[in-house]
Amino acid sequence: MAVLEILTYPDPRLEEIAQVVEYFDDELRAFVADLEETRLAGPGAVGVAAPQVGRSQRIVIVDISTKPKIPNHGHLVLINPEITEWDGFAVGREGCLSVPDFTGNVIRAERITLEAANEWGETQQYLCEGFEARAIQHEIDHLDGLLFLDRLVSRRNDLFRRKVYK
Amino acid sequence: MMKRWYMLTVVGQDRPGIVAHVTAALYEGGCNLGEASMMRLGGNFTIMLMVQHEGSLKSLEQILGPVIESLDLHMHLDHIEGHLHEHIVPDVRISVFGADRAGIVAKVTNVLSGAGLHILNLESDVGGTSEQPIYIMHIEGQAREGLQALRSALDVMKAGDGIEAKLYPIETMVG
Repeated sequence: MAVLEILTYPDPRLEEIAQVVEYFDDELRAFVADLEETRLAGPGAVGVAAPQVGRSQRIVIVDISTKPKIPNHGHLVLINPEITEWDGFAVGREGCLSVPDFTGNVIRAERITLEAANEWGETQQYLCEGFEARAIQHEIDHLDGLLFLDRLVSRRNDLFRRKVYK
Repeated sequence: MMKRWYMLTVVGQDRPGIVAHVTAALYEGGCNLGEASMMRLGGNFTIMLMVQHEGSLKSLEQILGPVIESLDLHMHLDHIEGHLHEHIVPDVRISVFGADRAGIVAKVTNVLSGAGLHILNLESDVGGTSEQPIYIMHIEGQAREGLQALRSALDVMKAGDGIEAKLYPIETMVG
């Protein structure tokens, strides 16, 4: 077990599209354990994605169970995750281990349906909402080479923006 | 000479291009910029800008003098003990609105301050019409005595006052 080094912006490896995981073996599970140790070492991190430690594979961990009173699925290891449905949207504040000393507002889907394998290769479906859905969308963005910086909305005017229908 | 931080305040009648002209003069003068906040207030241009400059306040004034004068602006410079990378993450947002009248800001901010709020960011606006102005204020801050203390304080205030104040926790998702 080891705490891995977190890459920070503007490291170009954070912009790569991560590869699909094909082998669910002991090496993968050892990496997932290291990734979890890295997440726990990050200040207040509820999620982490493999590209953040320089491994360009579609692996993320999300665990918001430390936040009281927010619905969640506990400790989630999500491999090759695919969001199949999006519903609603909400503005919320995000920060990132790869972007120290900055937080900003980002619009995310309020509810998502998700399909992902665990570290044993077993595929499951999840229905996630709110803070957990936000964390998962943030982490899956890392797999597609995106940071929350790519999705920032203004602090001043985002909360009451009116939708204009033509 | 070591680079020092200055706080530059510029105000004046608004027109397009002020930020571009002022920052170009600073760049050409060898300055480095830090955090900044620009707003139009009552039709006026306002900006506060952290400027790092290798030299005295006088020499920075000389760099800015021509552009400030040509745009008919006023400036103010202070030497500051400035540091980047010292953000405090807010954990609460309070939105306030009510029929505009004297004393709303003093009332609300004193109530919140007494209940432990450290204000990190405040923006306010007056909407409505000149006959019936509406005062709107957004505050972000750090609840140093917890959210419940702020909620209770706001409830007491609202009970007799016709000011709407809503409190929203900010949960920052770090991943």
